[in-house]
Amino acid sequence: MAEIDRSLIGKWGPEGSMRVEFGKIREFARAVKEDDPLFFDEARSLAPPTFLMTVALWIGGLGETRSAVKLDLPRVLHGEQEFEYVKPIHAGDVLTFRSRTKEVFEKEGKRGGKMLFVVGETEFRNQHGDVVAYSRSTVIETAGAVRE
Amino acid sequence: MSRGAEGNGMRRFYEDVKEGQDLPAFVVQNLTRTDLVRYAGASGDFNPIHHDEEFARMAGNPSVFGHGMLTAGFVGKCVSDFVGVENLRRFKVRFATRVWPGDTITCKGRVTKRYEHDGEKRIDGEVVALNQKGEVAVSGSFSAALPTRG
Repeated sequence: MAEIDRSLIGKWGPEGSMRVEFGKIREFARAVKEDDPLFFDEARSLAPPTFLMTVALWIGGLGETRSAVKLDLPRVLHGEQEFEYVKPIHAGDVLTFRSRTKEVFEKEGKRGGKMLFVVGETEFRNQHGDVVAYSRSTVIETAGAVRE
Repeated sequence: MSRGAEGNGMRRFYEDVKEGQDLPAFVVQNLTRTDLVRYAGASGDFNPIHHDEEFARMAGNPSVFGHGMLTAGFVGKCVSDFVGVENLRRFKVRFATRVWPGDTITCKGRVTKRYEHDGEKRIDGEVVALNQKGEVAVSGSFSAALPTRG
C-alpha cells in the first residue's frame, strides 16, 4: 500500500522552467493528428490542448513530485487528466512550473477493496508572471495488481 | 478527411452554437505502431509498454497498446477544431478501455450547455473516443469561451 505523508499535501515542490519551442509544438501537433495550420505556423503557433504533457517528464526530474504519497507502482492507473487554461500558450513562451499533491482520498472499489485517489496539480506561469494553465492528474492505486 | 476549414481559423460564434449540437466526429483509422512511437517521441513518454512488443508481451499484453494521452490528444483535436484552441478553458478526460494497433478510434462530442461566466459566453460539452466495437476508450468534458457576433 501507499505511504502517505499528509503534512505534505498542498505544499508546492521546487520550480522548473522550460521554453515552449515551436518545433515541439509542431511535432506534438502532428503526433495527435492536429491539422490546423495554426499549429504549423511559427508566428502564431499555440500549444495544442494536451501539449503540457510534454513537460511532465521533466517535472519528474525535479524529484519531489507527489512527495506526499509514495505509490505502489504495479497497482497504479492513470485515471483522469484535466487541464485548466487561463491564457493561451504561445511558441516562444518560457514557462515556469511547480507541482503539488492537491488531494488524497479513498473510495470503495466496484469489486470491493479500497482504491486510493491521488490528485497531483502543476501550475504553469509564463515569462510575464501570469498563470497560463493548471494540469491535474488523478492516479488511482487499486487494491490488487492492475488488470484489464 | 478533415473538415478543417471550420474549426481551423474560422471563428465559431456563440450565437451559432446550440445546446445538444454535435461536434463533428474525428476518426483515426487503423492506429499504427508508428503512431504510438511518434507520440512517445513527441510527448517524452517512453514507457516501453507502448513501443516494445517483447516487453508488452512479457507484461501479459497481446501487443503494445496506445498511450491514454494519445487518445486524449485525438479527442483534444476534435474539441479544438470545434471551439478554437485559444478559446478552450477546460478539458478533462477519463481513461477507460485501452486502444490497440489496428483499432479505429472515433472521437465525437456534444454541446451540453450555453451560459455566461466571468463576462464570457461559455459552452460546456461532453466528448468520447470509441473503438470500432463501440467501447469507450476515453470520455471527457470541456468548457470554452466563444466570441460573439455582437
